[in-house]
Amino acid sequence: MPNAPAPCPAKPKLGVFKFASCDGCQLSLLDVEESLLDIVGVIQIANFPEASREIIEGPYQVSLVEGSITTPHDAERIQEVRRQSEFLVAIGACATAGGIQALRNWKDTKLFTQTVYANPQYIETLNTSTPISDHVEVDFELRGCPINKYALVEVVAAFVQGRQPNIPTYSVCVECKRRGTTCVMVAHGTPCLGPVTQAGCGAICPSYHRGCYGCFGPMETPNTASLAAALQRLGMSNRELVDAFRGFNAYSEPFRIASDRHEALAVASGE
Amino acid sequence: MTSNTRRVDVDYLARVEGEGRMHVTVVDGVIEDVEFSIFEPPRFFEAFLEGRPFSDAPDITARICGICPVAYQSSSTQAMENAFGQEVRGPLRDLRRLIYCGEWIESHVLHMFLLHAPDFLGYESAVHMAADHRDIVELGLRLKKAGNAIVTTIGGREIHPINPKVGGWYRTPSKKELEALVPELEWSLQAAKDTVRLVAGFDFPKIEQDFEFVALSHPEEYAIDLGRIVSNRGIDIDASEYNDYFEEHHVERSNALHSTIRERGAYHVGPLARYSLNFEELTPTARDLALEVGLGPTCNNPFKSIVVRGIEVLYAVEEALRLIDAYEEPPAPSIDLDVKAGVGHGASEAPRGLLYHRYEVDDNGRILKAQIVPPTAQNQLTIENDLRAVLEDSLDLPDDKLSWVLEQSIRNYDPCISCATHFLDLTVERTSRKG
Repeated sequence: MPNAPAPCPAKPKLGVFKFASCDGCQLSLLDVEESLLDIVGVIQIANFPEASREIIEGPYQVSLVEGSITTPHDAERIQEVRRQSEFLVAIGACATAGGIQALRNWKDTKLFTQTVYANPQYIETLNTSTPISDHVEVDFELRGCPINKYALVEVVAAFVQGRQPNIPTYSVCVECKRRGTTCVMVAHGTPCLGPVTQAGCGAICPSYHRGCYGCFGPMETPNTASLAAALQRLGMSNRELVDAFRGFNAYSEPFRIASDRHEALAVASGE
Repeated sequence: MTSNTRRVDVDYLARVEGEGRMHVTVVDGVIEDVEFSIFEPPRFFEAFLEGRPFSDAPDITARICGICPVAYQSSSTQAMENAFGQEVRGPLRDLRRLIYCGEWIESHVLHMFLLHAPDFLGYESAVHMAADHRDIVELGLRLKKAGNAIVTTIGGREIHPINPKVGGWYRTPSKKELEALVPELEWSLQAAKDTVRLVAGFDFPKIEQDFEFVALSHPEEYAIDLGRIVSNRGIDIDASEYNDYFEEHHVERSNALHSTIRERGAYHVGPLARYSLNFEELTPTARDLALEVGLGPTCNNPFKSIVVRGIEVLYAVEEALRLIDAYEEPPAPSIDLDVKAGVGHGASEAPRGLLYHRYEVDDNGRILKAQIVPPTAQNQLTIENDLRAVLEDSLDLPDDKLSWVLEQSIRNYDPCISCATHFLDLTVERTSRKG
């Protein structure tokens, strides 16, 4: 669980750091629109290169880290970010689970490099895409691909106020019930990862008649085996289950174990 | 021989999406070398798409870019439909154009107000700018929000929308849901005009470049999601012919592939290209305002891209209102797909320019091969050419001013380095050899 943040100075300094990612999570900070000018009233954006040329030196009272670690250089850079940061928040599926690019962790990255680049010798990359917590101590993880911008404001506000952020760890199912969405799996037989996925998005997919695809990663104590059995009763093959668990949070432990299990079953049954 | 070396180092180019590096060498006032390179860690999308079901393409490729996910979803869904020999038309397609208008508005306004305008007004960031021009920043944030509202209503959320799929949508919005967007879009019409007049009043370096513009073009509309790929030097092709005319190169200094027109070289994609090739397809309001603020029917000054983005924002607001007014709820949210082996091509106009996708799929619709050519990769050589032109024009500037204008000329392209593949280091080296 996250460390309890200590009371912070009058106007704490915020740093934003990017590793391998799509930029979407840090841009959530600009997507808060009208609240943006309120936020900069209580916190100093000291290092946010995507938004400002001005870089104020660390240490930073709070750092938002987006992206996964995929290169030797980044594996060193995250150590420096940790040294500079009092409270380090990993934001998004890349930073908390390795992201979609963690699909490489099941493949030979050399082959990947040859697929995309004519001169693979120019490309310096690690064989794996790993979350920030595999490299340094992380004080709080905010999930999602992308994160929910209001949750980001809550984490920053909680930090400024010296309290724990109020971020759910229960499943998407709870959010569906709260908003009154009919269960897509029970009513329509639509495969849905909602029962094993952490809430926080607002249960968007089912409200659009689509099954959850797990972009907020596993909830606390997810029962993936039970869900997989239910999905198989709906007609999903082992290979389809591998695809389903190997999405934007493929390398998170519960989803990783589930996808590996069904991959082995797919191979054994000759699917 | 005596030599004096002046160096200007900016280690990290700010206000761009992702990280890259630039190095410039000037000897005795003569430019020796200009390099714009991209060090975004490679994420290998094209490789890990192999073996995934066709239906994953819009969700997975959206994650290439958090600023323009709709563009990736549009090009990928169309490419898959093309592989199956199908097309999505009518209200299902109009919704694709409408959500794209939302992305153009939010992405352009983000760039204009938060990333680019501070250059013209001499601020480090929009937050610094807000201290003196709070009204301007608030206008931009509200306009951006109007664009995001379109994306959220149709797509489910503004970043990585969940609703687009191959064949259409999971759920189409009701007319009423779309009509709820109208009041803020009507406010946005005036806000977009005010924005164009505001940014047209900035000081622009007088640089005119002889660009080969490449963009989609459509006889009946300002091309966003549909059209042929055309240029001002005779290219007029279907997306399926893309690889016959364009090629990608892998060079040592960059993790993004460079694109060129075969046997011709650099070309320019993005707002300037679209505007100059498709001026006649703009709405009369947008055309008249463009002429009023002194843009001709073509624009060759890359610094004026901020004005052209403003015109495109105005266009996108008008077009969104038109599409909402004309919208009739379709009977089904998607077409039935005829999944079969094939090759499909899809092209659309991301906010930063042409975005081309090509997929080969097998009988079960699993992806055998994927090719994705993002706009910033296509613009890399053109950005270097601009840097040379700006350097020649600005050599008498002191180092800090020179750095700033060079950074600004990169920002003219709103480069999305995450798309193109991260680290923008800017190094200016000035050497003088005497004797």
